[in-house]
Amino acid sequence: MPRRDDIESILIIGAGPIVIGQACEFDYSGTQACKVLREDGYRVILANSNPATIMTDPDFADATYIEPLDRQVLARIIETEKPDALLPTLGGQTALNLAMELVEDGVLERNGVELIGASADAIETAENREKFKEAMTGIGMEVPRSNVAHTMDQARVVIEEIGLPVVIRPAYILGGRGTGIASTMEEFEHVAANGLAASPISEILIEESIAGWKEFELEVMRDHADNQVIICSIENLDPMGTHTGDSITVAPIQTLSDKEYQEMRDDAFACLRRVGVETGGSNVQFAVEPATGRRVIIEMNPRVSRSSALASKATGFPIAKIAAKLAVGYSLDEIPNDITEKTPASFEPTIDYVVTKIPRWAFEKFPGTSGKLGTSMQSVGEVMAIGRTFPESVQKACRSLEQGHTGLDAGGRWDGLSDDELLAATAVSTADRLFQVAAALARGLTIDQIHDASKIDPWFLDQLSIVTEERAALAEVALQGRGLADLSRAEWRRAKQLGFSDAQVADVFGASEADARAARIANGVIPTYKTVDTCAAEFEASTPYHYSTYEDENEVSESDRDKIIILGSGPNRIGQGIEFDYCCVHASFALRDAGFETIMVNCNPETVSTDYDTSDRLYFEPLTYEDVMNIVEAERPVGIIVSLGGQTPLKLADALPPELVLGTSPASIDAAEDRDQWASVCARLDIPQPAGGTASSPEEAEAVAERIGFPALVRPSYVLGGRAMEIVYDTDGLIAAMRAMAVDGSLGREGGLSAERPVLVDRFLEDATEVDVDALRDATGAAIIGGVMEHVEEAGVHSGDSACVLPPPNLSAEVIRVIEGYTRQIAEELEVVGLINVQYAVKDGQVFVIEANPRASRTVPFVAKATGRPLAKLASRVMAGATLADLATEGLLPTADGEIPGWAPEGIWAVKEAVLPFNRFPESDALLGPEMRSTGEVMGIDVTPGLAFVKSQLAAGQKLEPGGTVFLSLADRDKPAGMEVAGLLAELGFSFVATAGTAAALRDAGLDVAREVTKIVDGENTDAVTALTLIESGEVSLVINTPRGRGARADGAYIRTAAAQTGVALITTVAAARAVARGLSDWQDSPLEVRSLQSVHATYTPASGI
Amino acid sequence: MSAAGTPRAAALVLADGSTFEGEAIGATPDGGIATGEVVFNTALSGYQEVLTDPSYAGQIITFTYPHIGNYGTTADDDESRAAFARGVIVRDLARRHSNWRAESDLDSFLRAKGLAGIAAIDTRRLTRILRDAGAMGGAFGPIEGDGATDLAALTAAAAAEPGTDGVDLVSQVTTPEAYRVGLEPGTGKHVVAFDLGVKRAILDQLGRFATVDVVPASTPAAEVLAMNPDGVFLSNGPGDPEMLGGTIDAIRDLVGQVPMFGICLGHQALALALGGTTEKLPFGHHGSNHPVRDETTGKVEITAQNHNFAVVADSVAHVADVTHINLNDGVCQGMALRDEKVFSVQHHPEASPGPHDSAYLFDRFNALMEGDTENGAA
Repeated sequence: MPRRDDIESILIIGAGPIVIGQACEFDYSGTQACKVLREDGYRVILANSNPATIMTDPDFADATYIEPLDRQVLARIIETEKPDALLPTLGGQTALNLAMELVEDGVLERNGVELIGASADAIETAENREKFKEAMTGIGMEVPRSNVAHTMDQARVVIEEIGLPVVIRPAYILGGRGTGIASTMEEFEHVAANGLAASPISEILIEESIAGWKEFELEVMRDHADNQVIICSIENLDPMGTHTGDSITVAPIQTLSDKEYQEMRDDAFACLRRVGVETGGSNVQFAVEPATGRRVIIEMNPRVSRSSALASKATGFPIAKIAAKLAVGYSLDEIPNDITEKTPASFEPTIDYVVTKIPRWAFEKFPGTSGKLGTSMQSVGEVMAIGRTFPESVQKACRSLEQGHTGLDAGGRWDGLSDDELLAATAVSTADRLFQVAAALARGLTIDQIHDASKIDPWFLDQLSIVTEERAALAEVALQGRGLADLSRAEWRRAKQLGFSDAQVADVFGASEADARAARIANGVIPTYKTVDTCAAEFEASTPYHYSTYEDENEVSESDRDKIIILGSGPNRIGQGIEFDYCCVHASFALRDAGFETIMVNCNPETVSTDYDTSDRLYFEPLTYEDVMNIVEAERPVGIIVSLGGQTPLKLADALPPELVLGTSPASIDAAEDRDQWASVCARLDIPQPAGGTASSPEEAEAVAERIGFPALVRPSYVLGGRAMEIVYDTDGLIAAMRAMAVDGSLGREGGLSAERPVLVDRFLEDATEVDVDALRDATGAAIIGGVMEHVEEAGVHSGDSACVLPPPNLSAEVIRVIEGYTRQIAEELEVVGLINVQYAVKDGQVFVIEANPRASRTVPFVAKATGRPLAKLASRVMAGATLADLATEGLLPTADGEIPGWAPEGIWAVKEAVLPFNRFPESDALLGPEMRSTGEVMGIDVTPGLAFVKSQLAAGQKLEPGGTVFLSLADRDKPAGMEVAGLLAELGFSFVATAGTAAALRDAGLDVAREVTKIVDGENTDAVTALTLIESGEVSLVINTPRGRGARADGAYIRTAAAQTGVALITTVAAARAVARGLSDWQDSPLEVRSLQSVHATYTPASGI
Repeated sequence: MSAAGTPRAAALVLADGSTFEGEAIGATPDGGIATGEVVFNTALSGYQEVLTDPSYAGQIITFTYPHIGNYGTTADDDESRAAFARGVIVRDLARRHSNWRAESDLDSFLRAKGLAGIAAIDTRRLTRILRDAGAMGGAFGPIEGDGATDLAALTAAAAAEPGTDGVDLVSQVTTPEAYRVGLEPGTGKHVVAFDLGVKRAILDQLGRFATVDVVPASTPAAEVLAMNPDGVFLSNGPGDPEMLGGTIDAIRDLVGQVPMFGICLGHQALALALGGTTEKLPFGHHGSNHPVRDETTGKVEITAQNHNFAVVADSVAHVADVTHINLNDGVCQGMALRDEKVFSVQHHPEASPGPHDSAYLFDRFNALMEGDTENGAA
């Protein structure tokens, strides 16, 4: 059946901000869906609160709503747009949950909107664990023994039936939050209670533990004619017990015989049929008991998932795109396979390589967390690598992580452990386990010993052992006194085929990577590039999707067009995420339009950049010097873009051929980064900086502090996301901060280079307003200001974690003029060609420059969405040689009277707010600081700064209410400003609950205090009402708590944790509280309206030039 | 990465002169050189079933998936009494296998079955050559150590390899004596199956509803009819259908006398018996992922395939309708006679290895024997 003509417009719901468990894979799937549905002639309406996504680019939908993903807001969008259909299966759990709410609210029915892709019944059957279990046992499948409980009493009855160990999972949650394993009754009581609290409907599933079993996933597609195909099979290296998002996974399945695999395939199909997934992609998970082959079905997702993105990248089959087409009526055999162009999509991809995914975690950002992995997902990103064999693939994945690994190297980290201790360590799933296994193999522990401890399948262990044995063999060569130059071609080939990097081989021989590279090339051992073609070479394929390996035949032919390589940003991590992928993708689009052949290099399977049709060619490769240089030598590009992918490609800039690095020169990048050079730039330009200096030892730091005074901001150079950045108030704090930076693992793991750079110590300007500016300069010196953003939180909160407002609501025209002038001067002085981001602190009307980064910043997509000006596209063209005047002539930049104007919209305000993962890390304090910890961002756009701020808070998941009870507990220094906020809230009709000191301040300010409480249970007075009980009982609708002390477990941490866990709106700075109060005030005056980005941009007119 | 110890260098030479250097695995070939028609299979699992499929007689099998041997071998996965293939080519032979079903590792299995192999070569390069040029002769063997051969000898052997066109391979694989499997006589249907190289999985499927008398390929029609079967089955098998001679005569005599179902070579033999023709495909179909549409229902099934020859649809149009089409290239994948209870398919509904999507064809055969043409193919 061809496309449905009875529907004309389709609403797609995106996944919202990047959070743990929902990352940019949904930008990838949503972008594909938008593209394909528009190509098919449908009007596409998109709702997504995340401005950093590519899908929310106004070019990808007919109407783009960057609005809070909230049932009421969506209802407004539906009433405004009247779409014919809602496609909820491409925006993760967020979209699916919202679709269910809209069904329950009757919004879809009232507005005549048809749910396509998955029915409410199907979603319910798949998501409700009890119904799912019933459905599966009903068709003869085995599931783990289990039962449901709604109270602790019920839970205790269930555990009697099932017996320990058990897994406890709360119903209706995303990414496994609140899930845990209990092996003892004590653990059971604790985990069950947590689970009941986490579930919005107070429901937990208590289930037979199948920890240690083998875990498998199948990615299935089904069309309305019941044609079903498996796109990809995945085997988890980490056995059951570790969330699949936190597991190392491998495609295809390695250790199942065909008979077992085909039965699993049949089960997956039966599962989709029974659940009632009418069309689209689903993910079905199975566990297999290793000793008996007993297979149980674990769960299914009736939607495109993180695994679908991985499966798409692993096979070249575009699951989301096909899912969107199936949803509008096509059948699989009517859709062509893009890759072969000759065969239909109704087939099962087969591959002739091995794909390995390794997650990346950010535990170092969350002090107090155990680092133990379990059934609740904690990783913030992932890498994927392709090799002809598993050893090659896993080694490439290790070096893709950018955590200092040159491959599967244990280093000496666990040398201090006894054999038993090391084996015990491998029994616990952690970020280090793979490397601990390598260490265990390297010291000669047997595969059976390691299997018994870790339950990792012996086949995987043997393959890992092949790598450690090879390393030992190379070390033996070195011991015999032979050097790198003595390695034969056969020895080099063998090592390279096993995935060894030059740096890894160099390490064994105590030589430099450059020497290893030279020796290898001298032996004629260079990579061959193979193609990802969905068919293992059975058919000719036209895909431009490649990976390196060391074989006989290279399949990539050189083209004679002008080629530009764009280096992507690698794995998502806190501080470097989807914003940079947005910039890279935009560069690829713009340069392609300008006639260049674009070549993308990246290793992150979640992204749009690694979609094979984003660029003319895609190399799915680690972003290391070796891998990038190999591509440079194979492709011979005219230029390389290093400044759009964040620190990852920027770190490579110095090592790449300088004549190929496009845009701002590496020397200028260094000048901005190097303390002394930067200081002299500022001095020459007469731009004030906070006093400061550099230090490479605690003693030097003390000397600097003596000169500049406290408080001081201490941070390493060359890192993104404020890694290890700290504000210190005295010498003890300074010494502690310096020590923390010196210890192994804190800096080196970010990429190695930074540990060699000195630490920066600056005077910290308290209570200053922080300002971010993005600007663009071309080679002729013409420059435009992209946007000036005023931070809501005061200086000291990392800019990535701070909300910011564009245009600045509280800065005077004079201050803005000064800031723009400084920005132009700095860009000129650094001879920036492309983007530059400059951060300022404004204190008492005086502007200080904090730092400048001549590269794409995190705020570029936000600025582009707010202003309608495609900064990243413009930047890429400028770097490739165009002038701003050229771009104006082409129509890419608006002009007024022949001039390129600044952006000055009337009456529109945009707010970017950070989204923090504290609910994932209950042990960590939910406080903002100079170290960035947010995983994603949202945007609110409206006609007053207040309304835009309210929208941004709603979008970030803060359940702001227009009235109710506020719990107020302020540090002394915050009390004066806090009383002003309290006054405003009182006017709005809020009542107050406060701790003693704050209550006194409120009364002194003439405000009523409804109740005075202690923070937590206080000594013997156990009957007292505490803040904690009020928050947990839901009596408080807003918590404003600013910390008194400093450190990981600062005062009030329990209150903040309770708010983060229960989802009560939590504000931890007075500045944010003020913005909330003003926003609520505006909200009381006018209801929230929804506006499409296209309609907002249409109101902009080029203003007069600045 | 072959088994522990120093691997023994080996080389593969194709008829076009392409040379690959690798490591010897499995048995040592007779005379130091294994020759055959080099083909590839893109299935990700099921190596043991492939290696013991008589349809591969005369051929050297290249597995495109790089890791082979991961889950070991078990007698349960043998598709016939021997490994009729001439050799096996892999990128990487598992050093250690892991699966609860395994009884042995693949290397030992190859030795036990007398099957030689070569590992550690760029199998993707090889596949691309075979894809573009079609299956071609090849020779491989150890080029180091006792009884080693050399590149010149391999080149000569590859050039001399006749391939499978015009070669009678069925007589090498068919059962010398008739035998019986399946249901107890009288408890179900009675099927006579021509063994042109039959796979055990097919007999298991037929045995679900029939007593199956497996007869040699050369069995005359009269002998078959004398057994008074409810239906006749024409099995899969190796090589060129033109070489079947007597079997085709028997089929011609049986059409119209008894319901009939053919698979793969049996499908081609039926076409020839009907006066149709077969052609050699440019690449052949070799894998477990080919989409086939059942034109009678419109449903797409993912199928296991292993054939180089195909029925020319027009050549049988006078008596038969095309019932199944390969969606990748439009090749005729199945046909049904308009006036008789006779149908056949090119792909492998028995799977093993491969998906179970086409298993319904056995039920269709069963229904046909019931005389229930509603569910039958006709």
